[in-house]
Amino acid sequence: MDSKITKVTTHISHNEGLIFERSQPGRAGFSLPPLDVDEIALDEIVPRELQREDDLAGMPEVTEVDVIRHFTRISAWNYSIDLGMYPLGSCTMKYNSRLNEKVARIAGFANLHPLAPEAEAEGALQVIYELQQHLAEITGLPGISLQPAAGAHGEMTGIMIIRAFIDARDGKAASETRRTMLIPDSAHGTNPASAHLSGFTVKTIRSTAEGLTDLDHLRELCAHGDVAGLMLTNPNTLGLFERNIQEICRIVHEAGGLVYMDGANMNALVGVARPGDMGVDVIHLNLHKTFSTPHGGGGPGSGPCCCTKELEPFLPVPRVVRRGDRFKLDFDYPQSIGRVKAFLGNYGMMLRALAYILTHGYEGLREATEAAVLNSRYIAHGLMADYEKPFEAPPMHEVVFTDKRQARKGVHTLDIAKRLIDYGFHPMTIYFPLIVSGAMLIEPTESVGRQELDQFIDAMRSIAREAIDDPELVLNAPHSTRIGRLDEAAAARKPVLRWKPTQAATAR
Amino acid sequence: MLRQIGATSIEQLFDSIPEDLRLHQHLNVPAALSEIDLLKKFDEFAARNQAASRVSFLGAGAYSHYIPTVVDHLISRSEFFTAYTPYQPEISQGTLQAIFEFQTLVCQLTGMDIANASMYDGSTALAEAVLMAERVTKRSKVIASSAVHPQYLEVAHTYVQHAGIELQHAPFDSETGQTPLSAFDTIDDQTAAIVVQSPNFFGCIEDVAALAERAHNNGALLVVAITEAMSLGLLRSPGACGADIVVAEGQSFGVPLSFGGPYVGLFATRDKHARQIPGRLVGEAYDKNGRRGFVLTLATREQHIRREKATSNICTNEGLIALAATVYLETMGRRGVQEAARQCAQKAHYAARKIGKLEGFSLPFSAPFFNEFVVRAPVEASPLLEKIAREKEIDAGIALSRFDLNQPNDFLVCVTELNTRAQIDALVEVLRSIKLY
Repeated sequence: MDSKITKVTTHISHNEGLIFERSQPGRAGFSLPPLDVDEIALDEIVPRELQREDDLAGMPEVTEVDVIRHFTRISAWNYSIDLGMYPLGSCTMKYNSRLNEKVARIAGFANLHPLAPEAEAEGALQVIYELQQHLAEITGLPGISLQPAAGAHGEMTGIMIIRAFIDARDGKAASETRRTMLIPDSAHGTNPASAHLSGFTVKTIRSTAEGLTDLDHLRELCAHGDVAGLMLTNPNTLGLFERNIQEICRIVHEAGGLVYMDGANMNALVGVARPGDMGVDVIHLNLHKTFSTPHGGGGPGSGPCCCTKELEPFLPVPRVVRRGDRFKLDFDYPQSIGRVKAFLGNYGMMLRALAYILTHGYEGLREATEAAVLNSRYIAHGLMADYEKPFEAPPMHEVVFTDKRQARKGVHTLDIAKRLIDYGFHPMTIYFPLIVSGAMLIEPTESVGRQELDQFIDAMRSIAREAIDDPELVLNAPHSTRIGRLDEAAAARKPVLRWKPTQAATAR
Repeated sequence: MLRQIGATSIEQLFDSIPEDLRLHQHLNVPAALSEIDLLKKFDEFAARNQAASRVSFLGAGAYSHYIPTVVDHLISRSEFFTAYTPYQPEISQGTLQAIFEFQTLVCQLTGMDIANASMYDGSTALAEAVLMAERVTKRSKVIASSAVHPQYLEVAHTYVQHAGIELQHAPFDSETGQTPLSAFDTIDDQTAAIVVQSPNFFGCIEDVAALAERAHNNGALLVVAITEAMSLGLLRSPGACGADIVVAEGQSFGVPLSFGGPYVGLFATRDKHARQIPGRLVGEAYDKNGRRGFVLTLATREQHIRREKATSNICTNEGLIALAATVYLETMGRRGVQEAARQCAQKAHYAARKIGKLEGFSLPFSAPFFNEFVVRAPVEASPLLEKIAREKEIDAGIALSRFDLNQPNDFLVCVTELNTRAQIDALVEVLRSIKLY
């Protein structure tokens, strides 16, 4: 790439301001029919002191065309899966089928009120029931709730279930002494945050030099009778399958604890192996990762929680159950941890995930897993000559490299990531997991073919050469975007979190 | 590709999984469906959701409002819906700028200083507000009005049960339908917050300003929850009434009912609490050429940095639904939101005037309301509503008996700008003429 090309930044679509800066009094983009009932004075509806007094000053006044141009222009500043590979490790950015989008928009679902009489919403309940059945089969864990709205929400639900189970098993008093949650040092930050929210003290388990859970350290931590459970990601966030998983589960179970699995990396396992068969007690899934519901620029997600028969009584209520030919809500689970969300969860995501499962079928689900792992292996192989691969074991669906070699020239992971943008790729996950210095975690998913994988590998190898020949080029990347690197430190020191009218005056 | 990486079979890719853990048979999942068959299957499911096409007066936390066509069109742009969380600002400015506009709109509507990039929904936003109140005040008691949406209270209870917070309930007044100041008499120097919903679960507008004063006189915060965000187009904002944290369900702003989700939680507070707010925040930033852009900021509050000391465990939020709300609010704009709110209130009051005059029916609560109100029937509400749905194909309201409230004859009616005069008249006629026994 020729870095000397002068960037053109005066194009109108590059300079779209905030909508508030486009606003003109009197403009409007809505169309409502005139009021068709007898109108009474507003003061008769609500006393004056309860009425809005600011006339919504500052809210935009724009036309429909303004809105369309505004969002179409700013949308062009986004990278997206439809544009190309999105190799964010542990985020599983796979293609979002348009068919699934169509399904979620069918009027019979989109216009259905969550408190509609059950008998008038049975099709919707059956969708939930069927998805539950399929996810139970895929995980090998028969108890399931689709109520959690995202992965971290599913984690919290799972950990609260463990807590409720132990309270019931040991009695409140005895269980008070069992308030430790073990979490590997490679785990997602949501794990300790969710454990804390459920009232647990977190103890960190070391990883071995091989990148796996340190069994000796696990045994040591389990020796004090205070362990309620272990939160384990498998394959872990280094992309490695915890091959001692059965032993890990045995150690925790013998110590009186339960095993929670973070299902963020299920894309490596669907159709190949089941957490329930490994000894896992409870897991959350991310429908927005493994089951291809769109990430939407940061959500919505959906984080179903699956568990053993033993833990089933503790799942959130209501549960969707089958009674003969009917599908119903069942609230009668006195040991339940309670409700974690209003209504039944992110239903629109459930429709998409069920459509994904049904269009793939048992063969397609397994093939997707195989392709995801093969693609990751292919990248691992392709980058080995140029980047440091800290763990020898062959990776599953994602692979971690580091900037160790490039850092000698002063080029770090962040710079490599930013330079990748100039080659037309979204960067990989960077500086995670925290235990690997300068980590670059790459997950191609099954949604890329060999040609694009080769392009990605070529781009990465080219950057490795640039880091030697012309480090400045990499250090100042990206060169091809509308804006350069933003001063995030200054933004955090004096945060400006909203537009205000005075700001507009100075900006112009 | 296998050859290139030195493997001889696909099976070999899974060598690190112990042999006895590998599945040697197919999953018990059906074989793949074609596009045609899949659509047929889902059309069949949808056809059994009769409620989706009924005339409806259902509210209680999920509302049927007009959604301008542009909303779904714009959120269906793949640049938005197939993007990830905007961790790489140089190639995520579309998402980041939209969130900045969303945060601004939430502040304008609620009358607050700052707002986050969204929570899962109104109920979880309320639970997070309770946890935040404890962090800000370092006090452990929270008193919530029992006229808050029962499901919101349940979720709050689930969230706080292990956080050392005592969640007390303040009774509502059975005459007015509001939560009187006296309901909070147990407030003391250990009280972190008073929690109210306005309009409350029964549709009644609370005296938020007086409640704010009550909370502040005791060094506590006032948390205000809103389920019908359209009310903000008409009612004095919680910020103007002195609220410290405002949470709301944003579904009313351009989000389909979709059987309960995905919706979007709004979360707003005062500037001084910026570092205690849960969830993501987008802030303004500049590059070295002085060009304005936007970034995720104050990340040291969040779980990926702070781990167990984070202000919340939330990571993925409701980005695309927040975008839908943003597009909705900008398309409707200042005057559109006011007009939709005006029509909701006028139509609901038209309906209430008519129903209140029916023999045997009454409106048990005297407080002012926005677009939802409780109707007391001469018989048990639940079988009555079922009968109306079955015989007249109208979903006339939600029986309060579904929420374990001791008001068997009461049901909640919601009217929005989408309910025509003809529909309202039909509802009134049905209630007038239906055989009650």
